[in-house]
Amino acid sequence: MHPVIKLLAQRIALGLLLLFAASVLIFIGTQILPGDVAQSILGQGATPETLANLRAELGLNDPPLTRYLNWLFAAMQGDLGTALTNGQDIATSMGKRLGNTLFLAFWAAVVAVPTAIILGLIAVRYQGRWPDRVISSITLATVSVPEFLLGYIAIFFLSVQFRVLPSLATVYDGMPFWDKLYTIALPVIVLVLVVLGHMMRMTRAAILNVMQSPYVETAELKGLRKFTIIARHALPNAIAPVVNVVMLNLAYLVVGVVVVEVVFVYPGMGQYLVDHVAKRDVPVVQACGLVFAAVYIGLNLVADVVSILANPRLRHPK
Amino acid sequence: MKDDLAKLIDRIDAARLSRRGFMGTAAAFGAVAMSGTPALAQEVKKGGILKMGLGGGESTNSLDPGLAASQVPFHLCRIMGEPLVDVAADGTLEMRIAEAVESSADAVVWRFTIRQGVKFHNGADLTPADVLATLERHSNKDSSSGAFGIMEGIESMKVDGNVVEVTLKAGNADLPYLMADYHLQIQPASSVATPDDGIGCGAYKIVVNEPGVRHTFEKFADYWDDTRGHYDGVEITVINDATARMAAIQSGQVHIANRVDPKIAKLLSRAPGLTVQNVSGRGHYVFIMHCDTAPFDNADLRNALKLAINREEMVDKILDGYGSVGNDTPINAAYPLFTALEQRKYDPAAAAEAYKKSGHDGSPIILRVAEGAFPGAVDAGALFQQSAAAAGIPLEIKREPNDGYWSEVWNKQPFCASYWGGRPVQDQMFSTAYLSTADWNDTRFKVPAFDDLLLKARAELDPAKRTEMYAELSKMVHDDGGLICPMFNDFIEAVGDGVQGWEKNGVQECMNGLAPHKTWLA
Repeated sequence: MHPVIKLLAQRIALGLLLLFAASVLIFIGTQILPGDVAQSILGQGATPETLANLRAELGLNDPPLTRYLNWLFAAMQGDLGTALTNGQDIATSMGKRLGNTLFLAFWAAVVAVPTAIILGLIAVRYQGRWPDRVISSITLATVSVPEFLLGYIAIFFLSVQFRVLPSLATVYDGMPFWDKLYTIALPVIVLVLVVLGHMMRMTRAAILNVMQSPYVETAELKGLRKFTIIARHALPNAIAPVVNVVMLNLAYLVVGVVVVEVVFVYPGMGQYLVDHVAKRDVPVVQACGLVFAAVYIGLNLVADVVSILANPRLRHPK
Repeated sequence: MKDDLAKLIDRIDAARLSRRGFMGTAAAFGAVAMSGTPALAQEVKKGGILKMGLGGGESTNSLDPGLAASQVPFHLCRIMGEPLVDVAADGTLEMRIAEAVESSADAVVWRFTIRQGVKFHNGADLTPADVLATLERHSNKDSSSGAFGIMEGIESMKVDGNVVEVTLKAGNADLPYLMADYHLQIQPASSVATPDDGIGCGAYKIVVNEPGVRHTFEKFADYWDDTRGHYDGVEITVINDATARMAAIQSGQVHIANRVDPKIAKLLSRAPGLTVQNVSGRGHYVFIMHCDTAPFDNADLRNALKLAINREEMVDKILDGYGSVGNDTPINAAYPLFTALEQRKYDPAAAAEAYKKSGHDGSPIILRVAEGAFPGAVDAGALFQQSAAAAGIPLEIKREPNDGYWSEVWNKQPFCASYWGGRPVQDQMFSTAYLSTADWNDTRFKVPAFDDLLLKARAELDPAKRTEMYAELSKMVHDDGGLICPMFNDFIEAVGDGVQGWEKNGVQECMNGLAPHKTWLA
């Protein structure tokens, strides 16, 4: 078998194994949450009989292994159950939220990834001179400021003072596409500023590393333009670490932006998860955990695969 | 009115009321004085969409009125639904779905005459049978309705022609007030099995329901009362983050924002295009001691702690003046049958004396607080610690996490910070939290004489006698109870300049939830 296919198969199998391990952790984690689920659903009005009824109804009397397997098989068939608190179907309501989260992450990535790479290339081209310094210090500053503060600063200037962009990013079904883009402009700006620094600096460092190689010297001696050398010869060889950091940031954009969601009132997954954790709505928490784990593992898998494919020694075995 | 004007002048002295606020309020007084009717100088304008940015909503919210517990579900109930009766700003009863209420002489049997010509959002006529079905549903323990406690006192209910007759287990002169509870929105009998179907009889019907995100409503064309519901539609955006909520009202994206933090209310009132509205309500912030747990079972120690708190300082620093001083009873002037007790003041010397008399061993007294107990609770705990230290009483502040505070700390630990939203009438407040047998007796106040008098007052129909009895009950809690109530908080809302017809109503926030019904856009 071609070693690349073998490696890919290995990686995917490993990813699935990891997902199973994550599902076990999620299940155990939600089981050891303090407080009894039935008790927290019924609250003050709990009587011994209603508690017993609810426990039986939720299947809390089965041994943990049985409950885990039941949950896992149902989840594999796409049945995530219904929320305990308001009885809505989890797959439906979470699907909407996940769609919103992906929408925001997608547009943030569309802006952030090319910008970061181009800025990285420019920084390398003018290494140690003023464009490099300006780019590095600005991106370092935006990545160092807490994201909620960046959000508030953006709201203060762009929606309260000058009123050019809305501070409420509440998108909903049936909203026209361009309205949606306008509505999410502020959170996209903030997310771009948050992830830009990390990706830009990694691109710069990886390319600078490659710039020491003999083949770059050869290219210089050939008389190629500096930018051509960077873009044609250095970047492809530095792609593995760049892709890795891009994927990490994409994963962050999907699973880690609850604070930005709250600040801009964006109906994404993070807020959904937090609300249900507070109410001990375990099936929803498990479902969200599983989706987050899948996104993280999936994106890392893609990063691995791209780095493998980018390595000529693996693509062209002897 | 005279008191109100005096209060108004006091507030100008204290520089708490902006010039614009004074002109508006003073003008309203002038109009009342001249015409004797409420100030409605401008003509009501119909139409437009009211946008509200509200904190206090979660993705877990349901449309079932019985399950409403936070602010957004409260507004959902009030916008879509209508109860039998309502409590007006001045504490009187307003007839809504019920046209008239009468009772037997002993206040045991109550007859609600149901209004004719009221329609549900599904087009069906509202009948006494629907009212009965709604009330029965909330009386059923399995429905886990938030109004179950209110309905417990009902023996039986029946329909008699156009009248719903309620028979109580014991006389209760306040029953109509209890029926004004926001959970008790009348729903069709067919909705008993599906109380979250969103079919109500209020001025607006629900169009979009995305819990924790947004809710939109449109005017219900067949609504019976022309004097209410002036908008074409209402839009609620759930904005739990306080800063985001304030940014939304400042940038004009919403017309009304609730829960303005008192610390920023003054700053916000200087922003253009909006007014900050505040009204004193029945809600209060408290420190509660369990009267049956050492060391708080010692009356002298309770007294020492009550004397060792500086109430004025708390109102100034925690509420920034948007509130009033408490007096260790849950009752304040907002209640209909209120009698003022002698104000307990901060007195370190007397506190030190009482502390010495209590014979406490000098070990630190642990007070548990969390920011979630009430806004500023952690700071309030620190102020309490300092004022108590001046009296030689060692307090140790233990900060607890917000998550789980209401299930693990409140009503479990012997001394902690908490809040009460208040109730429409004294009886309900005392029965919820100070009756020996109450689930939420969070001060473990168990005094048989208090219970007896409370039940007697409940069946008493003569207002003068009841006033006296409630003064006595208040005094019992004030003197002997485990309640340290430093302050009553105002409801503070930010309202855009376009919104007209705002009234002060402190029963609940946003004009008791009637802002979408009684205001209009200029």
